[in-house]
Amino acid sequence: MTSASAKSGAKQGAELRPNFLARFAQGHAREMAFTLGRFYRNLSGALLTCFVIGITLALPASLHTMVQNINAVSYSWESTLQASLFLKDSTTPEQAQAVIAKLKTRPGVAEAIYITRDQSLQEFKALSGFGAALDLLETNPLPAVITITPVKGVQRATIDALVVELGALPEVEVAKLDRQWLDRLYAVLALIQRLVLLIAGVLSLAVIVIVGNTIRLDIEAKRAEIVVMKLIGATNGFIRRPFLYTGLWYGLVGGAIAWGLVFAAVFALSQPARELAGLYGSDYQLQGLPLDATLAMFALGIALGWIGAWWTVSRHLREIEPQ
Amino acid sequence: MADIIHFHRVSHRYEGSGDVLSDVTFTLAKGEMAFLTGTSGAGKSTLLKLVALLERPTRGQVMVNGQNISSVKSRQIPAFRQQIGVVFQNFNLLYDRPVFDNVALPLVIRSIGHDDIGRRVRAALDAVGLLGKEKVMPMTLSGGEQQRVGIARAIVAKPQLLLADEPTGNLDPVMALEVMELFRRFNEVGVSVLVATHAVGLIKKLPYRVIHLDKGQLSTRQSPEMMEKTVDFG
Repeated sequence: MTSASAKSGAKQGAELRPNFLARFAQGHAREMAFTLGRFYRNLSGALLTCFVIGITLALPASLHTMVQNINAVSYSWESTLQASLFLKDSTTPEQAQAVIAKLKTRPGVAEAIYITRDQSLQEFKALSGFGAALDLLETNPLPAVITITPVKGVQRATIDALVVELGALPEVEVAKLDRQWLDRLYAVLALIQRLVLLIAGVLSLAVIVIVGNTIRLDIEAKRAEIVVMKLIGATNGFIRRPFLYTGLWYGLVGGAIAWGLVFAAVFALSQPARELAGLYGSDYQLQGLPLDATLAMFALGIALGWIGAWWTVSRHLREIEPQ
Repeated sequence: MADIIHFHRVSHRYEGSGDVLSDVTFTLAKGEMAFLTGTSGAGKSTLLKLVALLERPTRGQVMVNGQNISSVKSRQIPAFRQQIGVVFQNFNLLYDRPVFDNVALPLVIRSIGHDDIGRRVRAALDAVGLLGKEKVMPMTLSGGEQQRVGIARAIVAKPQLLLADEPTGNLDPVMALEVMELFRRFNEVGVSVLVATHAVGLIKKLPYRVIHLDKGQLSTRQSPEMMEKTVDFG
């Protein structure tokens, strides 16, 4: 065919064809319906694959949910933070009261309470269980303490600056913000969060392999069909399309199963979690997978299904040629 | 008028074999119908494969509808094959879908609109005498009917060239005659047809040129009616 006749041939064909968008929509809608129908006819086998994908996606998703919950709980603990000023033994109660009076005029300080050495001792005896042992000591080893509760919502930096400044007072031995453990918790949570990403990354590869393998069997089963398609002039894109949609369905349904699994786990744990929170005097309720993470999970499932299918089809389509 | 198929000193060999075709030169004019005969292994299928770009010639030049096939890149092969309708000995139907979907396939891969597909598939099925069998699964049809579905699929996109590789090989004589009659009717409306067959008894009564292959080499015989149109194949 000369280029001129090729052009006229193409034009002839184009006249019969709807515009690009309509063609695109028609072709893809047809493939979607067609592959969905095939999915339905092979429901048990397809669901099995989806279930494997679902479990694979559910693992990082549930870990993420757990981290989110612990984060939420620990954030509510922020308001119970206290700074402690451990006073020098030489400080008299009058000097301590003077410090308190000064503190109360400062912005950011909600409350300042003086705990004498004796009160410290009593409290320690009551809470530690070492009461009898302490009785053996001739002198009280505990310092007097001023506990400061910051105003809610004050910037972390303001509190830190306050603690440093108070630590320099002549009456004060050591000033300490009572949040080291919270910082450590946050650090651990950040670590786990990163771990969740790593796990999600590795398991994503697993999903691609699972989908790829399923599609590979699908391609083998349709070898004759692919040959016929190529014989009558179907493009690789056309032949690839149903497999890509099949991968998409696997990913989508896999994502839905993962969502269901996380939902079921949260539901199963919510009652014991409420009881545990109750023991700490909290009415905290276990939160499910956040909306953004849910959407991300579905998007990931779909993307992985598509990629897995693409990867396999691209590798195998070239090998299947009409003889 | 231009040729739809033009072979110039074409040879072909498969890896590890001798020449399956050697130094073949012939033409099929636009609108012409011809039979390609020869014993099994004479190179009939190979010749058709070269036309449909399933194989590329080892030597020589093949032109199809004015286009040198050596200039067709593998990316362009689908578009190239869409110009040609092919009919197979074993029908090559897709048995997981009804007759309609099988015949519609060439239109679907061209992204033809829904309404057009319905109209043209029914027209093609009507042409092969299978109107009303659209919803039937191909497996339930007789061999002759299946081959007619194959022919309907080959002509539904109105190709300029129809190739058939032993289309009657799996059919009884009555069905075979019907199939040949179909090719004749398509040729009458302007489609160029090349039919590879070894059913010499069937075709000797038909008024078409015979291109005979013998061990990969050409020897032409023609029916008396065609004598005046003799072409010298030098």
